[in-house]
Amino acid sequence: MENRYFQKEQETMPVEEIKKLQNEKLVKQVKYVYDNVKYYRDLMDKKGVKPEDIRSTDDLHKLPFLKKDDLREAYPYGLLATDLKNCVRIQSTSGTTGKRVVAFYTQNDVDMWEECCARAIVAAGGTSEDVCQVCYGYGLFTGGSGLHGGSHKVGSLTLPMSSGNTDRQIQFMMDLNSTILCCTPSYAAYIGETLKEKGYKPEDNKLKAGIFGAEPWTEEMRRDIQKSLGIKAYDIYGLTEISGPGVAFECCEQNGMHINEDHFIAEIIDPNTGEVLPEGTKGELVFTSLDKEAFPLLRYRTRDICILTRGKCSCGRTFIKMAKPMGRSDDMMIIKGVNVFPSQIEAVLLNNGYAPNYQIILDRVNNSDTFDINVEMGEEDFSDTPKDITAKEKKLQDAMKAMLGINPKLHLVAPKSIPRSEGKAVRVIDHRKRYGITI
Amino acid sequence: MAVKQLSIFVENKEGKLVTITDSIAKAGIDIRAMSVADTQDFGIFRLIVTDPEKAKEALESSGCFVSITKVVGVSIPDEPGSLAKVVNILARHNINIEYMYAFITVSKKHASVVLRVADNEGAEKILTENGVTLMEEKDIVAL
Repeated sequence: MENRYFQKEQETMPVEEIKKLQNEKLVKQVKYVYDNVKYYRDLMDKKGVKPEDIRSTDDLHKLPFLKKDDLREAYPYGLLATDLKNCVRIQSTSGTTGKRVVAFYTQNDVDMWEECCARAIVAAGGTSEDVCQVCYGYGLFTGGSGLHGGSHKVGSLTLPMSSGNTDRQIQFMMDLNSTILCCTPSYAAYIGETLKEKGYKPEDNKLKAGIFGAEPWTEEMRRDIQKSLGIKAYDIYGLTEISGPGVAFECCEQNGMHINEDHFIAEIIDPNTGEVLPEGTKGELVFTSLDKEAFPLLRYRTRDICILTRGKCSCGRTFIKMAKPMGRSDDMMIIKGVNVFPSQIEAVLLNNGYAPNYQIILDRVNNSDTFDINVEMGEEDFSDTPKDITAKEKKLQDAMKAMLGINPKLHLVAPKSIPRSEGKAVRVIDHRKRYGITI
Repeated sequence: MAVKQLSIFVENKEGKLVTITDSIAKAGIDIRAMSVADTQDFGIFRLIVTDPEKAKEALESSGCFVSITKVVGVSIPDEPGSLAKVVNILARHNINIEYMYAFITVSKKHASVVLRVADNEGAEKILTENGVTLMEEKDIVAL
């Protein structure tokens, strides 16, 4: 198949030219931030760094980091770099881990973001002939509007479904011949299951590709989705703080996501020391925006753990690739030798209709880890017959296994029975610590 | 017509049952019938009481997870073959019994049985047509 690009010149730029472009843009962006964002100027002053000290990407390590806490502290306008009258959009993070964070966009920022999404759609085989069904949530969440805008830029026929109402999703998918599906991977898996329940075979739909992101997913899930929908499933990465989905996207190789390096610089650091790590090393992903106007962030710590690699890609793109993030740096557990993140468990719960009120209990019996998850059921999950409840436990346990790669023992418990501290449930109880096992 | 049953979720932990029985006792409510269904992790404690609404309130205020399930109550002669008759009627009409249990209080002449079926109204109609006496809330208080 012929390689196609949305912006060939940028996407296939020789590496030396990418570096040169990044150097030029970085110098400008740092000066722009220093002049317009007091919050970051104070951080630079405190560290004794002046804009003049940043002459190329080699000087990047001199700049202070920004963390999610900074964004909360600066909420809502503290990191805004331009007058509000120049802004055309506000988007927000989900706020599941605390106070919401808001990001601002000028028209140029929105265009850049949508072009990044358009690159992802074209890399997945999208053209103006396609019908692109967007079932990410619309609204403050960037998933819906990002892919929606990207689909417009590609010229695909855009079907702005938003999330939920699976019967309607399927009816429109069939009646209007959707060819590209954009949603979370777990929702794609659910659509696949529902199609099967309704008696459809994978070849009955017209879908050819799916662009799935906004939550961690595994290669097993990719295989299942590709099989049940009869498509190729592509990963997409992004975060509201940096722009939204499309910061990085997968190509035909399906083995990592090209980072849009003409707009963002990616670094990998040691999450404990902050030290920059060499390419190919596992660490925390850090982004620096290069040409944002409203909400430029320098050295923003994503807390996502992953690996960056640059190599020749058969798709012809020269941008560095990031591996699927393995989860958040601060809450990874190692269970039976497998890395498990609470975010993965939360994603499974949310996608199966449970509130994220759960507790993970780890212990060690006969030199082997035990892994139990208690999940609070909702009023509607309760039944007067145990078999209904155990069937629900089994279904949720299977979904956990598919996501995590290891099998937890899942228990549904009564609502509000998991102890809370400061309103939030205590997530992990690790009894293994009493055996001197550190995680 | 159906009778109200309290279905209470009980984790297999020490003291859980005490909480339930104590709060019902303190509320001055009589238990008329009971059964327990259990798995390794949890049980479901099913009760027929004199005042289900009040009992639910008392249980919830002591932190219990409880819901009210409608079940069919029948009063049958206390003699051989009368339960068989009820079960046969339901079987003939393809009504599946999820579970059933008997009342603690039995008069000399009658036994009372709780039946849990998918379609209460359908089951009640068929049972009435076949001459089986159904129970109401007031019959439970009067027992």
